[in-house]
Amino acid sequence: MTTAELDTPVTGKMKKICILTEIPRQGARVVKSAAHGDIAVFRNADDEVFALQDKCPHKGGPLSQGIVYGKRVACPLHNWNIELADGCAVAPDQGCTKSYAVKVEDGAVYLDI
Amino acid sequence: MKKMKLVMVGNGMAGVRTLEEILKIAPDLYEIAVFGAEPHANYNRILLSPVLAGEMTIKDIMLNDVDWYAENGIKLHLGKKVVKIDRVKRQVEAEDGTVEPYDRLLLATGSNPFMLPVPGKDLPGVISYRDIADTDAMIEAAKTHKHAIVIGGGLLGLEAANGLKLRGMDVTVVHIMPWLMERQLDRVAADMLKKSLEAKGLKFALEKHTAELTAGPDGRVAGIKFKDGSELPADLVVMAVGIRPNTALAESAGIYVNRGIVVNDTMQTYDPKIYAVGECVAHRGIAYGLVAPLFEMAKVCANHLAHMGIGRYQGSVTSTKLKVTGVDLFSAGNFTGGEDCEEITLNDPIGGVYKKLVLKNNKIVGGVMYGDTVDGSWYFQLLKDGQDIHEIRDHLMFGQNHLGNVGHQGQNSAAQMADTAEVCGCNGVCKGVIVKAIKEQGLFSLEDVRKHTKASSSCGSCTGLVEQILASTVGGAYQPADTKAKPMCGCTDHTHEDVRATIRQNKLLTHDAVYKFMEWRTPNGCASCRPAVNYYMLSTWPHEAVDDSQSRFINERAHANIQKDGTYSVVPRMWGGVTTAHELRKIADVVDKYKIPTVKVTGGQRIDLLGVKKEDLPGVWKDLDMPSGHAYGKSLRTVKTCVGSEWCRFGTQDSTRMGIELEHDLFGMWSPHKVKLAVSGCPRNCAEAGIKDVGVIGVDSGWEIYVAGNGGIKTEVAQFLVKVKTHEEVLEYSGAFLQIYREEARYLDRTIHWVSRVGMDYVKKHVVEDAENRKALYARLKFAVKDYADPWRERAEGKVAKSDFEMISA
Repeated sequence: MTTAELDTPVTGKMKKICILTEIPRQGARVVKSAAHGDIAVFRNADDEVFALQDKCPHKGGPLSQGIVYGKRVACPLHNWNIELADGCAVAPDQGCTKSYAVKVEDGAVYLDI
Repeated sequence: MKKMKLVMVGNGMAGVRTLEEILKIAPDLYEIAVFGAEPHANYNRILLSPVLAGEMTIKDIMLNDVDWYAENGIKLHLGKKVVKIDRVKRQVEAEDGTVEPYDRLLLATGSNPFMLPVPGKDLPGVISYRDIADTDAMIEAAKTHKHAIVIGGGLLGLEAANGLKLRGMDVTVVHIMPWLMERQLDRVAADMLKKSLEAKGLKFALEKHTAELTAGPDGRVAGIKFKDGSELPADLVVMAVGIRPNTALAESAGIYVNRGIVVNDTMQTYDPKIYAVGECVAHRGIAYGLVAPLFEMAKVCANHLAHMGIGRYQGSVTSTKLKVTGVDLFSAGNFTGGEDCEEITLNDPIGGVYKKLVLKNNKIVGGVMYGDTVDGSWYFQLLKDGQDIHEIRDHLMFGQNHLGNVGHQGQNSAAQMADTAEVCGCNGVCKGVIVKAIKEQGLFSLEDVRKHTKASSSCGSCTGLVEQILASTVGGAYQPADTKAKPMCGCTDHTHEDVRATIRQNKLLTHDAVYKFMEWRTPNGCASCRPAVNYYMLSTWPHEAVDDSQSRFINERAHANIQKDGTYSVVPRMWGGVTTAHELRKIADVVDKYKIPTVKVTGGQRIDLLGVKKEDLPGVWKDLDMPSGHAYGKSLRTVKTCVGSEWCRFGTQDSTRMGIELEHDLFGMWSPHKVKLAVSGCPRNCAEAGIKDVGVIGVDSGWEIYVAGNGGIKTEVAQFLVKVKTHEEVLEYSGAFLQIYREEARYLDRTIHWVSRVGMDYVKKHVVEDAENRKALYARLKFAVKDYADPWRERAEGKVAKSDFEMISA
C-alpha cells in the first residue's frame, strides 16, 4: 500500500476521484472542482500521490503540465521548481501554492475537498 | 557506522569552500572540526578593499557566520592557532592545549604578507594588508594621521591606496618597478591606469627602492628613505609587496614543502591522510594568490575526501580585475606575448580605451583591457576553452556585441553603469539588484546569479554584462564556467558529451538504464536532464529507444504550445507555406466551432490558432485533418519559401517546390533545438534564408546552401556551405548537415551554437568534402524519420490515452 503521507491535515471529506493508474506515472491529472478551482493530482515514479492547486505561485502557470521528477514538479511556464509535498517553491525562488491532502487506498485516489 | 574525523586547520575561503562542497556531496561522511587563528568566522577576504574604501562593512562580507558551522554540526575553534601536527598519533594541538584527533587532515593555512627586511619595519604604524585587523588599523590611522605610504604597486597595494585616499589621507604609492601592476599589465595599460589614479588624487613614486623607515619623536613611523637619498613623510606605512604561502606548521610536521605545501592533482600532500588547499599550496610548482583557482582546488579536494575519486586539479589560468570604483581593468593569461605569439591592439589614449589580445596558433593566450572591459569575460572564456578564433579574427577586437547581439549595445562599461540601469530586459533586473545579491548572498558564479536574480536566465543576451558586473563586484574571485567540462546538471558530474557517448557505446535505451549505468545522483533525473537524455537516446537509437513522453516538455507532450493562461496554440502544417481554399475553409470552420479567440499568421508563414483549451485539442485536430506543424517542438519547424520561378518575374529557381520537398524530407525530425529552413528563388532572398538554420538560395546555375543562421536573440548570418545543382543534392547536403548537428550538438544548442564551437571548416570537411560520410549521414537521417506517424492524427483517432487531455470532474 502506497498511502501518501498526509502532510496536509484533512479538513473536509476524502472523496474518491479516480484510480491510481488513470494518472500517468511522473505525470498529473487535473481535477475540476466548483469549490476549489483546478487541482493538480500528481503521481511520481514511486507511485506516491500529491495534490496542489494547479497554479504556480510565480505567474499562475498550470503545474499539472510540468515535468515531474523526484518529489518535485517544474512549472511549464518559467521553470520554477515546486515541492509536491507542500507546494512551496525551491529556493532561491519564493512562494507557495495550496496543497491538499490526498491518499491512495486499494488502488483508488482520494482527495480532501 | 562511526563517522570519520576531518580536521581543518585554517578558516579561510578555500578551506570553508571545501567543506561546503563535502557537505553537498557526502553530508554524513565526516565529523568535522575547524581551527581558525582569527577571531572571525569565514569572510570574503577579497572584499576587504571595498570595506577599506567605505563601500561595504565587515558584516556585508561575512560568507559563513558562526551559526552556519553550528547548523552543519561543525565544531569551530575560533582564535586558536594550531601549533603542532602529530602525524603518528594523528592529532593536532592548538596553542591553548586543545587537541583534535583526525582521520583526515585538511590544511588551509593560507598565506602571510611579506614584509620588506628594512630597518624600521617593526615600528608602530607599519602594517601589512591581509585581514580584518589590518583593515581596522588602516581605518583608525586614517582618522588621526595624514601621510600614508603604500609600498607595492600591485593589485592589493593600489586597492589599499585607493581606500586610504577615500578615507581622506594623502597617499603615495611606492613601487620598485617602472610601471604599476607589472605582473598583470603591459606598460601602455599601466600608464593609463596611473593617469586615472592620479586624477583621483593618488601620488606615485616609481622605481624607488626603500632603504629605511624612520621613527618620529613618539616612536611611531614618521618617514621613508629611499636608496637614491630622497625622503617622504609617512604616518602610516602599508606593505603590500606580496604574499608567502604559510607553510610553517606543515614544515614543522615534516610534510614536504617547496615554496608551498606540495600537493598532487588530487590536493593530497606527501602524507596521504593530509590534504591541503588554497594559498598555502604549491601545485606543479605554482602557488596561487587569487581566489578563483582556490575554488577549483576546493571542488577537487572535496571530491576526493568524499571518496568519489574523480576529478583532477590541473592548474588554472587566472584573470585579474582591479576593484577600484570607476576604473575598468582586466587582464588574463600571457599578456606579454613571446615567440610565435601575435598581438592585436586597439589604442585610444584620449578616449581612455586600450585593448590588447595575444594570440598563438589562432587561439587567445592572454590579454589586457583598460577602459572598456565588457568583453573581458568573453575573451577569457575563449582563452579557457582554447577555441579556434581564426574565423572571427577580423572582428574579434570589437567584442561579442559586434558579432550580432542586438540587446545591449552602448552599455560597455559595467563598473560605470548606474544601479538603476536595466541589465536583463527579459526579467527586468537592474544592476543594483544584481550587485546587492552578489554581495549579500556571497555569489561567485554566473549560475548563482541566475538562480538568485533571474538575470541572464532567459534569453541570455545580457550574459556578458552580468559576468562583467560579477567580475567587477567580486574581483579576481570570478571564474567563468568551464564550458567544456560542465556537468549536464546537478544530477550528475558527466558532461553532455559523456552521456551521449555512453548511450551509444552501451546501447542504453531507457531512462532507468542511463541513470543506473551512469550513476545519477537522483533516482529519475530532473526537469533539466530528462529531456536531454530522452533526445540523446532517440537520436542515437531511433526506432529502438523508448520515447518517454513524461520526460518531454509539455509542448512536445501535448503536441501544442502552452500559452501564459494555460491554453494552447495550434499550428497546422502547410508544406512550404502553400495552402488551399479547402484548408482555409476547414481552419475557419474550426475557429468558429471551438470559439478560438485569435488567429494569426506566424513568422514562418503558417497560421496559428491561439487560445485552444487542452480538452478541445483532439477535436480541433480531427476537424482540421491537417498534419502537425510541430511549432511546439525541438524539431523541424517550417520551411519558408518565396513564390520563385513559377510566378516571380525575377525568380531563377522553383523555390516553392524545393521548400515543399525539403519539408516532406525532414518531417518527423527531432533535433537538439528547433530547426528552421527557408528557400529563396533568387538572390533577392525574399524568404530571408540568410538567418535560418539551413537557408537555400536559388541562382541561375543551381542552389547555394547556407547554414547556422539565426534570427533570434542574437542575429547570426548564415554561413556558406556549398553550391549544388539539383534538388536531390539540396536534400542530401541539407539533410547531412542537420544529421551531424543532431548527432553532435548538445541538447538545446541551436545550429549556430554548435557550429561556432566546432567551426565551419569541420562542418565542410564532414559534409562537403567527404562524399561517403555525407551519404551515410543522410541515410541515417532518412532512417530516423522513416515511418514517422503524424502525432495529431494518432491522437485524433484515439490511439493515445484520452486521459492526456481530459480533466476529472469532482
